[in-house]
Amino acid sequence: MSEPPVTDALFEIRGLHKSYGDRRILDGIDFDVRRGECLVILGRSGTGKSVTLRQLNGLEVPDAGQVRFDGLLVSGLSEQELFPIRRRIGMLFQGGALFDSLDIFDNVAFPLREHTALSEPEIEDTVRAKLALVGLEGVEEKMPPDLSGGMKKRAALARSLALDPEAMLFDEPTTGLDPITSATIGRLIRSIQEHLGVTSVVVTHDVALARRIGDRLAFLDDGRFVFLGDWQEADASGPRQLEDFLEGREEVAHAA
Amino acid sequence: MNLRQKVEEAGSLGILAARAFRAMFTRPFEVGTWFAQMEQIGVRSLGVAGITTVFTGMVLALQTAYSLPAIGVKYYLGTVVSKSLVRELGPVLTALIVGGRIGAGMTAELGTMKVTEQIDALRAMAVDPVKKLVVPKLVATLIMLPALTILGDALGILGGLLVAVLQLGLAPSFYLNDVFGSLTLADVFSGVGKTFFFAYFITIIACYNGLHCEGGADGVGRATTNTVVLSSILVLVSDTLLTKLFYLLT
Repeated sequence: MSEPPVTDALFEIRGLHKSYGDRRILDGIDFDVRRGECLVILGRSGTGKSVTLRQLNGLEVPDAGQVRFDGLLVSGLSEQELFPIRRRIGMLFQGGALFDSLDIFDNVAFPLREHTALSEPEIEDTVRAKLALVGLEGVEEKMPPDLSGGMKKRAALARSLALDPEAMLFDEPTTGLDPITSATIGRLIRSIQEHLGVTSVVVTHDVALARRIGDRLAFLDDGRFVFLGDWQEADASGPRQLEDFLEGREEVAHAA
Repeated sequence: MNLRQKVEEAGSLGILAARAFRAMFTRPFEVGTWFAQMEQIGVRSLGVAGITTVFTGMVLALQTAYSLPAIGVKYYLGTVVSKSLVRELGPVLTALIVGGRIGAGMTAELGTMKVTEQIDALRAMAVDPVKKLVVPKLVATLIMLPALTILGDALGILGGLLVAVLQLGLAPSFYLNDVFGSLTLADVFSGVGKTFFFAYFITIIACYNGLHCEGGADGVGRATTNTVVLSSILVLVSDTLLTKLFYLLT
């Protein structure tokens, strides 16, 4: 395989369209995620933020358009062909998505057992290191339902970091958490990005979180990105929809 | 649901059936998980499979003896009970009862995993849910449903023996001689052979419904009901076709 050219962008998304039945969710989206940055995708519930995120590692297939990761085409590959790419991308799901049938240790060890030839003692060291990274200790034997929402998220984060991914996808990382726990998760996301150099894409409607962790933000409205830029630009010259969203103003009838 | 969606769904069922078949013969073989599933699917179904066939054997003996008393049919009780059980009632009733139990379990398990994004988490971690979740269930059912059927056949014949001896006053040896004198290898093959097909249908329908579940707890409930209904119908319909096919081939 020829070396893909090294570019500034880790993810390149071009002309992404996605509909479910008659409902058009994404109507032509273009953006890059730069290496090492944290891009926050903001938008109201049901605008297709999660759908966008799920295209990045091929969990969903676009109707039209392209997704590239590190120069490699993601869209249009079969599940099997996607596996080498997915190993390089971690994903934190909204509810954590820990496996109920496994305890926390086995959950974090799961990707290691699937994809590495590490011995049991090495796996044990790695699992403890990843759990320590997210500030969890002494929960290895617990089952997922016995943990609080915040602890579940952290354990799931440890699991998604197990294979040392180059990029992390976060789907609503603070939904359902109290403000203090949300702040902790935000700090973790930021420190992973800064200290491990992991490129992050965060989908959220939590404005406080977005301000805390986002290098740049994209605002999704009516199937398109109506804004893409850094916070300075957003505050200075963002479009009215974004302004309304950031201020939490109720919707004024949009001119069609 | 319109016709197009139905055809599409039948298509994806077929794709899952084919993918699962291929994955079954692809390394690595996770034998540990297979055995865990065999316990879950087979060993824990022993009671329900046994009760079903014992009572079927008993009632079959009673009905045969009482409904046709004039022609002395009770002297052929062993033949009637064993042939009906081994060829037909053992495989079908076991598939219906055990299939309902395990199929519902599989759909509920995979459906819950789907709606809580655990299936997506597997995929995001570059793990194939078909290989990881469907194959162990398929292997276990393909082994355990025939095994339970054979056991059920034997228990049903024993049930018939109880009625023959206690109710109709036949000697045990008379009944058993009749059973072993009339039962052929072809009876056993045609009966047990069908159960491999039933096992495949039940598992694929159950796993498909689980993996494509949507809409929270409500969706899991609907998918589970759908599994039980659809797999029961498919067992009965395919049973007729397979029986016809068997007689054509022999």
